[in-house]
Order: sequence, then C-alpha cells, then structure tokens
Amino acid sequence: MQNGGGPRKHTIGVHVENKFGVLSRVAGLFSARGYNIESLSVGETLDPTVSRMTLVVRGDEFVIEQVTKQLHKLVDVIKVTDLTDESHVERELVLIRVNAEPQNRAEVLRVADIFRAKVVDVTPVSYVLEATGDEGKLEALLELLRPLGVQELVRTGKVAIARGPKTRVKRAEVPRRARGPEDPTVVGFAD
Amino acid sequence: MGMSGARMVLECLKREGVDTIFGLPGGAVLPIYDALYDFEGLRHILVRQEAAAGHAAEGYARTTGKVGVCLVTSGPAATNLVTALQDALMDSIPIVAFTGQVPTHLIGNDAFQEADNVGITRPCTKHNFLVKDGRDLGPIIREAFHIASTGRPGPVHVDLPKDVLVKEAELVWPEKVHMRSYNPTYEGHPGQIKRAAKLLLRARRPVVYAGGGVIASDASEELRALIELTQIPVTQTLMGLGAFPMEDPLSLDMLGMHGSYYANMAVHHSDVLLAVGARFDDRVTGRVDAFAPNAEIIHIDIDPSSISKNIKVDVPIVGDCRRVLKALVAAVREELRGDVASLAREARKQWAAQIAEWKRKCPLGFEWDDEVIKPQHVIQEISTLTHGEAMIVTGVGQHQMWAAQYYRFKHPRRWCTSGGLGTMGYGLPTAMGVAAAWPDRLVVNIDGDGSFQMNSQELATCFENNLAVKTVILNNRGHGMVRQWQDIIYKGRFCAIDFGPSPDFVKLADAYGCTGIRATRPSEVVPALEKAFATPGPVLVDVWVDKWEFVFPMVPAGGANTEMILEKPGRAAKDKAAKAQTGF
Repeated sequence: MQNGGGPRKHTIGVHVENKFGVLSRVAGLFSARGYNIESLSVGETLDPTVSRMTLVVRGDEFVIEQVTKQLHKLVDVIKVTDLTDESHVERELVLIRVNAEPQNRAEVLRVADIFRAKVVDVTPVSYVLEATGDEGKLEALLELLRPLGVQELVRTGKVAIARGPKTRVKRAEVPRRARGPEDPTVVGFAD
Repeated sequence: MGMSGARMVLECLKREGVDTIFGLPGGAVLPIYDALYDFEGLRHILVRQEAAAGHAAEGYARTTGKVGVCLVTSGPAATNLVTALQDALMDSIPIVAFTGQVPTHLIGNDAFQEADNVGITRPCTKHNFLVKDGRDLGPIIREAFHIASTGRPGPVHVDLPKDVLVKEAELVWPEKVHMRSYNPTYEGHPGQIKRAAKLLLRARRPVVYAGGGVIASDASEELRALIELTQIPVTQTLMGLGAFPMEDPLSLDMLGMHGSYYANMAVHHSDVLLAVGARFDDRVTGRVDAFAPNAEIIHIDIDPSSISKNIKVDVPIVGDCRRVLKALVAAVREELRGDVASLAREARKQWAAQIAEWKRKCPLGFEWDDEVIKPQHVIQEISTLTHGEAMIVTGVGQHQMWAAQYYRFKHPRRWCTSGGLGTMGYGLPTAMGVAAAWPDRLVVNIDGDGSFQMNSQELATCFENNLAVKTVILNNRGHGMVRQWQDIIYKGRFCAIDFGPSPDFVKLADAYGCTGIRATRPSEVVPALEKAFATPGPVLVDVWVDKWEFVFPMVPAGGANTEMILEKPGRAAKDKAAKAQTGF
C-alpha cells in the first residue's frame, strides 16, 4: 500500500460484547496482521453486556484504516471510533515507587505537589505516588522523578472519551468521520 | 420437554435445513453419534481423516450455495480440521464445523484428547463459539449458520463439551437472529453506484475483473447483463471461474500469475477497472505499483476491509455483488438515455481491436507431441468431452493452473479449487462433498500425483458411499510446480521434487474397490477418459504426462504482470528471473 502521511499515534475507542474471548480476538488481530498495540485498556460500560476498550496504535493512515476495518470485522465488535482527530479527553493513571532518602524526600513531595500526584504509600526509604493525566503531563512528571530514583512504575494504559454533547448516547452511536469520498458505509459500521 | 444436548444439536441442524454431514466419531462426540443412531433425516458420511470432512463440507457448500457441515471429535480431530477451516476462511466458503471437547469441568486440565479448540481456531474462522450450557445450543447454532452464510461467507466453529451434550435441557430456538454487533451492508451507496456508471461509460479502455464474490452472491446473471449492456471485456480470478462464460468473445479468461497474456495486458492498459467480489490478491496483482497503473478503480465488495487493502481504490462500493450489479445496470441504463457515451463507444472500437490483437499474438497454447502426453491436452479433452458442464475440482499445483486455463467454464458453482490457501490434497475430499450434493452430475477431480497422495485414503469413503468421483491424475512423478520454480528461478538446482517409487495408482484404486485406468500415450487419453466417465462409481485415471511441461504464461512472484514469461525461457531469461527472486 502506498504511504500517505507518516505514522502517528491513534487513540481508538472500541465497544465490544462483554463475552469471554473477546480480548483475545482483538489482541490476536493485531499480532496476526503485524500491527503494534502501544496500550490497551478494557472495562465494563454502563451496560454490563458491553465493554469499552481504548487502544493506542501507531501507524500511517492506511494502517489505521485497516486496523479500524479489521476491528469492525470481528463479529463481537459493536462500534469502532477513531478519537484521534476528534475533540476528546484522554487520561492515564500511573503508580510510581520512588526513592525517598532523607536528602530528596522533600524534593519528591514538591514535584508530586506540582503535578497533583498523591502519596499513597510511605516508608522510610520510598514513596508510592499516584498520578493521572495525559501523556505529556505524565512524561514530564517521570522526567523530573527519574534523577531522584524511580524503583518501579506501573501504567494503566490510556483511556479516552469524546468531549461535549457528542457523548450523549444518541450521538455517540453515529460514526463521526466518513472514510470514503462519499460513502459513509465504506468503513462498514454496524449501526 | 427437555432433550439431551446431543439430540438438540441434530434437531437444530435439521431445522437449519441440513441434509448431509461429513464426520468422524471419537470420545468427546460419542453422545452425538449415539443420538444419530436413530435420528431421521440426516445423512452422515464417514470420512477417513478429519481434514477431509472439512473439505467435503467446502465442496458441498461451494456448489450448492448452502452451508456445509462437518462434525469431528476433540483434540487431534480438531487440529486436523484446522487446514480446512483456514482454507474456507481464505476462499470465503460457508461451513459450520462442530468439534467435541472434554467435559467443561476438565477444560484446561490437560485431559485426554484435549486441545484449546477455540483458541486454535480463533484466527482461522470467521467466528467461533464454545458452548457452556445446553440452553445456549439453539441460539449459538442459529448464529453460527447466520454468520457463516451472510456478509462475506466463511467458516464458523462450534466447540461442544461432552457434558453439555449429555445433559438434558430445554431447546431454545429463536425464530430470527439479531446481533447488534454483526450487520453486513448489502445495498451499495446510490451515489457511488452512479459515479461508477458514469466512469464505466466514459471509459475508453475498461476491463471488468470478476472474483469469487460473484459466485458467492449468485451474481453471474447480473454480471452478464452489465457486460451485454456495456460490452466491456471480462477477466476472472481463479475463484471467479464460471462467473462469466469463457466462450463469450468478451471473455479474457483468467488473469494474474498464470493468467492469459491478453487478460494481463488488458488490465495493465485499462483506464477503468471494475473489480467485483475480488480482493486484489498478490497472485492477481503481481507487483502492486505496476498493477493497472493508469486505471481508475471501482471496487464492489461486501467486506469493507478488502477495499483499499492492497491497491488504492477510487470508487469503493460496499455491498452484495448481486444487488450492487443490479443497481449498476439500472444506473448505466439511466446514463445511456442521455447518450453521453457515444464518443467513448467510438474509442472502444480501438480497444476491442487492441484486445483482439493481443489474443491473436499470444493465445493459450502448447506444443503437441506424438509420444508424450501433454497435460494441457488432457484438460482440453476433459473440457470437450464434458461440454464444459462437469463439476470440476482440483488439487494444488501445475494441474490446477492448467485446469483453470484450459477448461472452458460455462456456469457458476461448478468449480472448486483451493485458491487462497493453496491446500494440496484438497481435490479428492472436496470432490466427495460435491458428489454427495450432486449424485446425478459428473464430478471430475483433476489432481496431481503429489496432491492426490495427501488425501488418497478418501478413495475408501468414495467407494463406501458410492460417491462417483472421477479422479484424473496428471502424473508427472513429482512436485511439478516446484520443479518449474527450481528450473526457472533456482538455476535448475532440483531438490526434493522427484518421487522415487510412487504407488501404482491403478492398483491402489483397485485395492480401494474403485476402478483404475492408465494412459501413457497421447492416443490413449480420450479412450481412457471416455471409459472413466462411462463407468459407474468412483474411478481413477492415472495419466502419465510430460514432466518437463511447465505452466505458461508465468509472472515470477513480485514481478509486474506485463513481465510474463511466455514459453520455456533460455539461460539468460532464467538468470534474470533468478536474480530478481533470489538476489544472486
């Protein structure tokens, strides 16, 4: 396929049937076709029979078009929304265990304070910080903590939601971007 | 009233309109076989290896348009079936495959004959199910048939734990299947169809490229109507053969790696290419950046993910081929009323003349020999003797390509071949499925000696069930297609292609109770075929052909379709091909 536009990160929301094996179908799709998932998070929606995944994938527009179409082709996938070019909010939660020796305990707290991170565990030699934010904020926080000594780091992966009135149930059902020149069904959304 | 899960499975199959199942029993599915003992209305054909059950279901499905069904046990039976499932997935064949599974409380316990069936078949099916409760059997089987047969058809696998089959439950049978997450698009977008119609009429060098989707959606008549109206030449893919009659002067025969010179030239020089139910497979396109470089491409397909996957498409139309073609014919009629196309029609005369010139310059052909049988000659004779009306099935290899090139197809749904996966051994079991569905038609399995030996045990199934498959082996004493590649591309360094001792196929046929016939000289070909077609029951014809005959035209993998090798190349041409492929 001809390359159109360089590779970049896409945030894709996927509504799936909350059934056994669905996560494996989605993960299997990526490994079978050689696409890379940067992060993936899953959780139940208001409707307990539906789960919502947030996928972060890197690729040029043709890769992303295939990813979206292939995801939609899975029988258990209800809806696929590429949020990247939409107005949306994304957040990730990280837990960081960081060195807290006497000489830098205060500095760690100062940094945590600036980033509105919470201290959720304290020992004489370490803190565990909890922070949420978008990618930029968390990277900045880590940048400052790294020299102080990060012992361990856990990230949830990104979750994302569209902003404003579009989150109303009715509107959210409609795919917002037509992919073909005139044909909104080209992507083949089920609804 | 409750019934056992096993009986429920059979009851559901009957309600789905199934009349034949291909299967092989074993521990985990014994409850189903017990229920089958006195169940009325289902014919069970016992195969000799599980993959054959899958292929037989494929043959049944492809020629009838109905869903094919197979039933095997757990573990090794399920893993044997995997090849057939992937084959059906790649060629979009609707089958539903049932496998047994260890009881639910033992799943994950490394029990006897346990395998993670649904884990293994997940990537090689359109969808799969593990049934955990008898009450789910009805709805799941209903969904399985619905998914297999709608949208882009494909294989669906249902895994049945033994305890679910034993326990009694209430049969739940939903009248309609509704799935919020699965709603294929059938109607094409009217605006896109109008654009396509305009484009086709404005075109000066248009070509239609028809694939298996035309067969799957029974769109041959609509395709013919479009061609009659627009007089556009048609080329067909390996999977599409039969979609358009080859005797029609507008037929360009098959395109691609072993396609005709004129089909590949026409597609290359086209200005508008209409792809219908085809997926721009690498065996069709050759080097993608050199495929139809000047054409505006219209692509009709029910699977959105096929569109713009390999080749950028200008006018995508998602929908069922038959419905879209019907709408397209109407749209073309509408456009013609304004007679916008008269100018183009004048130009089309030049295009027709150009195509006629290509056909004259390089028709399909081979050199006749009085002493050695040419394989192409055998196919031509099969074609003539059967008037292009037989059900033709093939294995995979040179014989398959010759069958595709030299059999003159007239009708859809009379051709089964493993296109996407290239499954050797596909021929005999698939032909068995065809013969089970069409007991009154002549079923010919054109096979190779390599391919045939991968499933020759099914002669027993043919004999036992009087499945009158006429197998014609083009015997070249080895793996001919590999011989061809090693000769042309690997500098004649032949490795692992020649069979030392092969069995005597005539005696083998005899041992299985079938009729065996041999032909070793050109003059024996027609009498042998006539005798085979006239003999009742399964027959095997062992035809000793020239092992140095190669399939031409040939586009070396990764080459442009215009760089066809048209005849046995000399040293210089071989070196060029070798360098392009292997880099040395």
